[in-house]
Amino acid sequence: MLRVEGAVVRFGDRRALDHVDLEVGPGETIAVLGPSGSGKTTLLRAVAGLQRLGEGCIRWGDDDLAGVAAHERHFGLMFQEYALFPHRDVAGNVEFGLRMTSSDRAARARRVDEVLDLVGLAGFRTRRVASLSGGEQQRVALARALAVSPRLLMLDEPLGALDRVWRRRLLTEIRAILDRAALPALYVTHDHEEAFAIATRVAIMRAGRVVQVGAPAEVWRAPVDAWTATFLGFGPIVAAEVRNGLVHTPWGSIECRVNPAARAVEAVVRPDGARIDDAGPIHATVVRAMFTGARVELAAVAESGPPLIVVVAPHDAPAVGDRVRLSIDPDALLVYPDRAD
Amino acid sequence: MRVGRAGRIAQVAVPLGFLALFFGWPLGAIFAHSLRAGAIADVVTDPFLRRVAWFTLWQAVLSTILTLAVGLPAAYAVARYEFPGRRAFRAFVTVPFVLPTVVVSTAFLALLGSDGPLAFLHWRPGVAPMLIAHVFFNVAVVVRTVGGFWANLDRRREEAARMLGASRRRAFVHVTLPLLAPSIIAAASIVFLFTFTSFGVALLLAGPAHATLEVEIYRQAVDVPDLQTAAALALAQIVAVLAVMFALARAQERRAVAQRLVGAADAARRPRGREKIVVGGILAGTTLFLGTPLAVLAWRSLHVGGRWSIGSYRALGTSASTSTLFVSPWAAVRNSVEFAAIATLIALVVGGLAAVAIAARPGRATRTMDAFLMLPLGTSAVTVGFGFLLATENAPRSIANSPLLVPIAHAVVAIPFVVRAVVPVLRSIDPRLRDAATMLGAGPRRVWREVDLPIVARAFAVAAGFCAAVSLGEFGATLFIARPDWPTVPIAIQRFLGKPGQIYFDQALAMSVILMVLTGVVVFAIERVRVRELGEL
Amino acid sequence: MKRVLVAAAAAVVVAAGCGSSAKHAAPSGPASSTVPPRITTVTLLTHSSFAASKAVLADFTRQTGYKLKIVQPSDAGVMVNEAILRKKNPVADALFGVDNTFLTRALDAGIFDPYVAHGLDTVRAALQADPQHRVTPIDESNVCVDADTSWFGHDGRPPAPTSLDDLIDPRYKNLMVVENASTSSPGLAFLLATIAAKGDSGWKAYWSALRKNGVRVDDDWTQAYQNDFTAGGAKGDRPIVVSYGSDPAADVLGSSPHRDTPHVEVIESSCFRQVEFAGVLHGARNVPGAQALVDFMLSRRFQEDMPLQMYVNPIVSGAKLPAVFTKWAVDPAHPYSIDPATISAKRNDWIKEWTDLVVH
Repeated sequence: MLRVEGAVVRFGDRRALDHVDLEVGPGETIAVLGPSGSGKTTLLRAVAGLQRLGEGCIRWGDDDLAGVAAHERHFGLMFQEYALFPHRDVAGNVEFGLRMTSSDRAARARRVDEVLDLVGLAGFRTRRVASLSGGEQQRVALARALAVSPRLLMLDEPLGALDRVWRRRLLTEIRAILDRAALPALYVTHDHEEAFAIATRVAIMRAGRVVQVGAPAEVWRAPVDAWTATFLGFGPIVAAEVRNGLVHTPWGSIECRVNPAARAVEAVVRPDGARIDDAGPIHATVVRAMFTGARVELAAVAESGPPLIVVVAPHDAPAVGDRVRLSIDPDALLVYPDRAD
Repeated sequence: MRVGRAGRIAQVAVPLGFLALFFGWPLGAIFAHSLRAGAIADVVTDPFLRRVAWFTLWQAVLSTILTLAVGLPAAYAVARYEFPGRRAFRAFVTVPFVLPTVVVSTAFLALLGSDGPLAFLHWRPGVAPMLIAHVFFNVAVVVRTVGGFWANLDRRREEAARMLGASRRRAFVHVTLPLLAPSIIAAASIVFLFTFTSFGVALLLAGPAHATLEVEIYRQAVDVPDLQTAAALALAQIVAVLAVMFALARAQERRAVAQRLVGAADAARRPRGREKIVVGGILAGTTLFLGTPLAVLAWRSLHVGGRWSIGSYRALGTSASTSTLFVSPWAAVRNSVEFAAIATLIALVVGGLAAVAIAARPGRATRTMDAFLMLPLGTSAVTVGFGFLLATENAPRSIANSPLLVPIAHAVVAIPFVVRAVVPVLRSIDPRLRDAATMLGAGPRRVWREVDLPIVARAFAVAAGFCAAVSLGEFGATLFIARPDWPTVPIAIQRFLGKPGQIYFDQALAMSVILMVLTGVVVFAIERVRVRELGEL
Repeated sequence: MKRVLVAAAAAVVVAAGCGSSAKHAAPSGPASSTVPPRITTVTLLTHSSFAASKAVLADFTRQTGYKLKIVQPSDAGVMVNEAILRKKNPVADALFGVDNTFLTRALDAGIFDPYVAHGLDTVRAALQADPQHRVTPIDESNVCVDADTSWFGHDGRPPAPTSLDDLIDPRYKNLMVVENASTSSPGLAFLLATIAAKGDSGWKAYWSALRKNGVRVDDDWTQAYQNDFTAGGAKGDRPIVVSYGSDPAADVLGSSPHRDTPHVEVIESSCFRQVEFAGVLHGARNVPGAQALVDFMLSRRFQEDMPLQMYVNPIVSGAKLPAVFTKWAVDPAHPYSIDPATISAKRNDWIKEWTDLVVH
């Protein structure tokens, strides 16, 4: 449906988008994930038509959208911090897009009610937007984008300013709404948990390029490079060496299943890769335990190397100071060519 | 704003064309006629004229600072607090702006003269009275330009600063003031222009020993007469004004930041606790300063021979009604209102286009346009007037014969107000609001109508009130235009003042009170106009 | 501030004053060889103080068939300069209101064509300043020192002053207000009166004495008379003012509540005569109309209308003055006067010297 091909956007000498290719299929939600400044928002704006491409093209089906103005693309965009119209009340904001196309006042009012209902804001019609909480404003923004039934919905850091509880709730609701409408979506965020939770596929951006596209589990299992692994929160990264089919790490030597051709490498253990194993080869001491509810994140110092992170269930979590034995799953030991090479 | 090529051209071409036709052309004509290089050198080196220029400059700077000092607290009270009669207060501060200088001088004399209650202040023409009068006339510029912008600033920013440990004063100095800077600069530039080119006030209140450039140009052009010197002085004045305007436009542009504006209703609240004293004090002080002279005028207009009487008002409709100089008060009011309506409309359209261009494309080109639009405020009327005589020497007279030229002349003066009031607001509109509207299917024109326009509607209303006030109080151009069959209220006042005899003087006062009320009512009414469906910002 | 405003458009209309006549007068191809149609409008350029009874102007139209169009830009100084600037293509057919202080400037600029008006023989020869008859005298008035009689002569105050010399008497210290000679027409006239009275050698000493005696200088007549003069509209604090000989009559006419006697008295020996002239503008489109207008201004109908409209005196013999004028207005037999050519030659020097002496 939506195809971005070789998109380039330059700001002066800097390439905000550098030959980006991306596809959004029917009913698919693509999460564009990257740190700030990586070009996510520029990509959205280019798709929206708010930003001209220097090179490349954006297609909807077979149509090149180059000649189609932003307001004629029938794409919905939910802005970072919502960009609600301060001079209109809730209904006025939601109704805005409808007014551009329909003069049927009654039909518009029905649709406004419908969408407000959908986002759980029935009865908010005449509220001033300045009087709403962040979560409520977010819903108004979502309702406003949905009201016109766009053929593609784009969301730019939609949960950015919200607290954790609201984020979870809204994430679930957005997912449900997108599913119900079978609406293709581009979802921009810098938070990988959010991206994994919402997306059918994740596109990771770095410095204007899409470095990896894949299903969340796939991306999680094998980030394309050390930078991506770090960005996803994997760590720590250590210098290692591959010799004779083994990765020699500060924690010991482990069978190399990924990328055995390299020599000097960087290695990183996926958060699910280290586990307590009474028969494990690594002797370590727990130096820190972080309780996060359903699980506990331990930091354990082995005889050499930086602390390893081990995630365990709370009921069998050792205490700080305990000595434990650990093993590392060779499938979870990611090995990348050394960036210094 | 993404508008078509034609639209972009119109945004620049209409204001510049208008200015070129009604200002640039006559100015060019008079310069071509009487500007000689030698005269410029003479003017620049003449010690007397240098003294005049220096005086003109420093009194204008001082007047501007004082006006800001008096006007900013009032702007703060009006913008930040909700109190009964808030709108009426805003209209009220505009009234002094339109009053003829002579009438204001009369009021001040009644208060401060040898028989007045404030006689101990030893009021005599001089620099101090001139400065006070400049403040009195121009407070409205600050209250309206800055207050209009302030009303839409998000109060939470100050609150955030205070939560970070800033005192009230520091929060104001470090947060509010920088955000307000563009509108303060805008107001200051207008006040500076008015006081730099002060004529009536300088003539009546500063006394003969303190001539401004404007007075000197008039004297050179009319009384001496030495058009060469007058033209050279006019050019010097323009160069000075342009330099200041460029600097201010640049400063204004630099300090403009997009910020989240909020509805005026959300920014203002009732004062509480100690604020009541502060806000009450500001309002009372401002009202006293501006209102006492007005009240004195009203009181005197209602007295004949020391007794309460509406005789002066009655006489307006009858005395000397057989003379060509007679103006029926209703005819004068009607003419004034009609001219004001047309002038306001022209100024809003032309000034609005210019404001959009200036806000959308900051840079040297639009800054230049901005400064040029301000120029009529800073140019000697007499040189432009004489220039027009030369310019139209061979022009088709059927066009030139239209009474429309009166409101056009007023509009030329009012346009800078529109630009000043609207540009800061346009610049601070979050561009994502426009993007949001675009994504919802609004084309460029629709975006302007649905987003920009409603948000600047308040600023437009403020500007419109000003345009009307400029037109209602305008006297010089109307007198120059000299259409005895279309007298305005200020013209009527002037005619009465020109005749010896108590009865005429009393009628001049009565007519001035009518002008005061008319201005108050018109400005108040304009501010109440709400564009349908837009709601209030 | 108000006057800064654009005079621009202003002038367009001024220029357009004779719009309709222009259309008729413009030669248009072959038609120009035929007799041009009669122009029905005559345009008068005058100053903003010009006034006449509507009925009198209606009589002009009835008598001559010309409709009168009046163009009134600002004061007399502006008016004369406009006429000079537009000499090649004048904005009007006739001009009224140039006085003896501006006359030579206007004559030297060549803005008038000679015309001997009907009725000129009834005007005193002394007033006919131009032997070539490029201008015709229409009215005279006197700039005099006025005193507020209700202020003087009681509560230990001296009697009202009666001569120029009284004004420098310490008894009259801080009692007088005059207008700035460089910006005000009566101000200049009074300076000329003192020059005529005290001579080239004495006037500066006289003004030094006036200054020492606390004379106040205002920039214009309205401020001086209405705001500073004790008998003016605002009841100021100075009982002596430079104004006009007709003021006692004006004071009665404009009294409110009504009085039958004036509170203003004129020092007869202080008066300077101002004569106002009219003329046919060079290049006028409607020359016959302009001539008819000048004739009409010398008619008794117009002359007798002038006193109550403009507070000036008629100058044709036999013109009757309104009773209030004969009773109260002062028309001194021997006012001061200076030859217009001398005024023209020396006024800038005089004004400069006066300014240095009195203002700075």
